[in-house]
Amino acid sequence: MSIQLETVRHIARLANLEFSEEELGIFARQIDSILVYIDKLNELDTQRVEPTSHVTQKDQAFREDRVAPSLEVLRALANSPETKDGHFSVPKVIG
Amino acid sequence: MEFEPVIGLEVHAQLLTQSKIFCGCTTRFGNPPNTNTCPVCLGMPGVLPVLNRKAVEYAIKVGLAVGCEIRGRSLFARKNYFYPDLPKGYQISMYDQPLCVGGGITIETRKDRKRIGLTRIHLEEDAGKLIHQEGADDRTLVDLNRAGVPLIEIVSEPDIASPSEAHTYLTMLRSILLYLGVCDGNMEEGSLRCDANVSVRPAGEKQFGTKVELKNLNSFRFIQKALEYEINRQAEVLQGGGKVVQESRLYDPDSDTTDLMRGKEEAHDYRYFPEPDLLPLIVDQKWIEEIRAGLPELPLERRDRLVAQYGIPAYDADVLTTTRELADYYEAAAKASGNPKGASNWVMGEVLRKLKEEKAEITACPVSPDRLAGLMGLIEAGTISGSLAKEVFEEMWATRHAAPDIVKARGLTQISDEPELLAIIDQVMAANPGPLAQYRAGKSATLGFFMGQVMKATQGKGNPTVIQKLLGEKLKGS
Repeated sequence: MSIQLETVRHIARLANLEFSEEELGIFARQIDSILVYIDKLNELDTQRVEPTSHVTQKDQAFREDRVAPSLEVLRALANSPETKDGHFSVPKVIG
Repeated sequence: MEFEPVIGLEVHAQLLTQSKIFCGCTTRFGNPPNTNTCPVCLGMPGVLPVLNRKAVEYAIKVGLAVGCEIRGRSLFARKNYFYPDLPKGYQISMYDQPLCVGGGITIETRKDRKRIGLTRIHLEEDAGKLIHQEGADDRTLVDLNRAGVPLIEIVSEPDIASPSEAHTYLTMLRSILLYLGVCDGNMEEGSLRCDANVSVRPAGEKQFGTKVELKNLNSFRFIQKALEYEINRQAEVLQGGGKVVQESRLYDPDSDTTDLMRGKEEAHDYRYFPEPDLLPLIVDQKWIEEIRAGLPELPLERRDRLVAQYGIPAYDADVLTTTRELADYYEAAAKASGNPKGASNWVMGEVLRKLKEEKAEITACPVSPDRLAGLMGLIEAGTISGSLAKEVFEEMWATRHAAPDIVKARGLTQISDEPELLAIIDQVMAANPGPLAQYRAGKSATLGFFMGQVMKATQGKGNPTVIQKLLGEKLKGS
């Protein structure tokens, strides 16, 4: 297997996800098989092919700089489990 | 061992658009928390960002002003990290295909002019504001009004060789942004923010040392002090045989130290990828040329022109070109008075002093350039003395009246009439036989005493040049 268990653990942490050791093992095997497939694609010579970031061929659409109404603050906060003085309230994070 | 610092700055500037970069919410500062939000900037599922044309225009404007290459095709990317100031779990930024590359900003150092190279300028969205509550409840409050406000990030090359150069670079960059009218440059409100990458190396060494990222440099004064502290810290670590660790440090203005930032050890693994919700940004040459045609004269060009056109000292021109509005005011006063150096003295002296005193901007100055020229005209014509003119200026400021009206109403016209002044001088001399004897005994400093007495007797209205001439003659006993 080319992917290390530690790498999977690291990616999970970055994605804010927690897994059991057993699950980590399953994901490691699955990710590994994806990587094997990517390695297969890598055999192609793509040196003269532009990387594809988007599949539509259109250009950027712009909006003009005009202010549109915002949400009522109560609606903006409606999904928040906890609020305080018009703010979203979350467990303390340290800058 | 001597160490020399290597500094690069990353400056974030809020663009002065009416609405946010990807939605129509207002960018207005100071509204109640979370009132400038909508499903797009709140990161609700199923919404799509639509790019604000003005934000792109402003970014190109800055790029052109500092000599960047404007890329015909650039790409937005997602910068992924979890932090409550970012409701989507990623920030829309630019990564390997920024809008502007290269360019540079010329700064004036004590010795000469120096060009600080730029790596890139790219567009991105701002994050929300967090308020960390003190005390038992241990909560962080989130205000997303700022989330989605358009920013440009201006990244310099590691060309800055001292904290004072960093300060000068930032001053010039801010000035350029103000001239372009794309950012209000207000550091206190966070419209302009600065991070620094700083390393030290033995003097003369080519290889860079390990760099440390300094955050929270949110005033011009802090930046210089934080850099000075950090450079000393790194030099001491190396001196003691230690190694500088690559890390992010936060400047604390209260203790004037930098401390290691905790809790974000993994945050630098951003896993950028192209933003699938936004198509590649295509900018055609025609648009770029339109924007180029609208570029104003920039601070350094204007400074050089003021020196050449009005013959004022470089120092004056430097101060007068800090903002476009101040330079406009000065030029109007210089032209109206026909006395460029005199106008410079007045603007740099009384006008700036009063503005500072009242914390006002030049655009709100109650004395117009024409009125100032009128006051200068009265001094030149000998109607009032220079010191009296300062009093008249104060009154012009307070009442918004023209100088001749004030002088007339208060009977301030200068006394230049020789017989009238001679009579006063005689009285003063008669009343002060002691000092007169001293003067005649060779103590020439007593002249100042007599000047003061005569000016006092004329209630400040005597013409100092005429008095000095007459006193010189009379005191000698001729």
